[in-house]
Amino acid sequence: MSDSGPMVKAEGVCKYFGALEVLKGISLSVDRGDVMCLIGPSGSGKSTFLRCINHLEQVSAGRLFVDGELVGYHQRGDRLYEMHPREAARQRRDIGMVFQRFNLFPHRTALENIIEAPIRVKRLSKRVATEQGKELLAQVGLSDKAKAYPAQLSGGQQQRVAIARALAMQPKLMLFDEPTSALDPELVGEVLDVMKQLAVGGMTMIVVTHEMGFAREVADSLVFMDEGVVVEAGQPREVLSNPRHERTKAFLSKVL
Amino acid sequence: MAAADAGAPVGRSSDQPELIKAIPLRRPGRWISAAIILIALFLFVYGVFTNSAYDWSTFGHYLFDQRVSQAAGITVLLTALAMFFGVVLGVLFAVMRLSPNPVLKWVSWGYLWFFRGTPVYVQLVFWGLLVVIYKQIDFGIPFVHQFAHVDTKGFFTVFWLAVIGLSLNESAYMAEIVRAGITSVDEGQHEAATALGMSWTQTMLRIVLPQAMRVIIPPTGNELISMLKTTSLVTAVPYSYELYSRTRDISVETFNPVPLLLVASAWYLFFTSILMVGQFYLERYFARGASRTMSARQLRALAHAQRGGHL
Repeated sequence: MSDSGPMVKAEGVCKYFGALEVLKGISLSVDRGDVMCLIGPSGSGKSTFLRCINHLEQVSAGRLFVDGELVGYHQRGDRLYEMHPREAARQRRDIGMVFQRFNLFPHRTALENIIEAPIRVKRLSKRVATEQGKELLAQVGLSDKAKAYPAQLSGGQQQRVAIARALAMQPKLMLFDEPTSALDPELVGEVLDVMKQLAVGGMTMIVVTHEMGFAREVADSLVFMDEGVVVEAGQPREVLSNPRHERTKAFLSKVL
Repeated sequence: MAAADAGAPVGRSSDQPELIKAIPLRRPGRWISAAIILIALFLFVYGVFTNSAYDWSTFGHYLFDQRVSQAAGITVLLTALAMFFGVVLGVLFAVMRLSPNPVLKWVSWGYLWFFRGTPVYVQLVFWGLLVVIYKQIDFGIPFVHQFAHVDTKGFFTVFWLAVIGLSLNESAYMAEIVRAGITSVDEGQHEAATALGMSWTQTMLRIVLPQAMRVIIPPTGNELISMLKTTSLVTAVPYSYELYSRTRDISVETFNPVPLLLVASAWYLFFTSILMVGQFYLERYFARGASRTMSARQLRALAHAQRGGHL
């Protein structure tokens, strides 16, 4: 929509599952072209927040904007109106998401996984989508695996296909939900390399991760979450080397 | 793996150790049990061919009798129509039951409750009585104004009443099979498709149902084979031109039921065998990507690449 202003802006975002409070007022913003890393212990609400951004979860309170547009609701005056699923789908189209468990479609080859949404959702012709899909496979270094089914690929290869699949929709924002947590240690590097390359290319990214090295090297900002609140946020180097809060210190001492 | 031999590396250098050629493990238990079963089978077949009660000449006489082969055709037609409508409605009711819309969900639940809860034979009797219970069907505003009347007796033939009866009952069972298939697909699949901006319908048709097919097909094959034989119940409507009723009617004339039961069984077995072959190929098609095991073609391509060739 607008070319100025942050890509993602959260104002007091809360999420309740019944009586359980998972997010207790998250406020933050991510500028265009920036990479934000979200860290924190499991159960701290990082993934839930990420899923709110593309409306896989409905926000319970507060406001969440992507590219200046309210996520999941229409606002007229003071009233919020629930969005039709069709419009929610349109909003998600511009937001790529990469999952911890890859979630590739097992009945489709690597290339077919990538071209499915461009053909069905963006109505590209099969020829154009295939051409673009092959370029994306080359970009993630998997040109020779176009015809392989997900079950025949290693975890790292599957995750790279998943990244290519998200990129095929030409998103303006990429969300990564612990993209390397399900990988064998020797496969983590190949996925992080692809993500670094994306960050250098100017993609706006929000990354939930436990890879502190990646956060230090690539992120423009680092947010530490615990128990549904933002405990500390700032420059990655600053937060990682001089944490101000006790909770951040305690967490970092365990993972670094 | 079956493809191991075909893919044995070529051009091995002489300093590598020799390929293993081991003597296969002996399994005497298998030979002995196979021999016992063969002897028992021989005795049974011998008995069948020497026992006059089976009356094989009558069997041969009626196996390709025109009335019988016509009835066999009708049985297949009934099965195909009933299964077709059963599957279509079944998918519809399964999707309704899983949909976020509470109206659809409860309508589907009520339908299943009724049609699974009553015997198909009783349902068929009722469909036969339809033309008696409801002599005509009116279209219009209830109690106020009717602008069209359909005379049920002229509108529904006994054959179509049988098809309706079988389909509606089948769809209730198919709905549960399809629902089991859909819920067997990992939740992450639905999420990934949603995150890509696909609509609920697109997600169902393109991502979830094709994967659910792997779970849906084996029990559906079962239902199809079962339906082939359930068609013999349409005599309750009463419709009597399918295989079982026809052969029974003939045996009433000849006072010789056993060979005609055998005739009917032979035809049922013949169709079932064909269906089993079809199911094999369907299952193989929908197993795409389900296994890590590569096809012989993929293995050859990989071995080729390993030797430095180009794909």
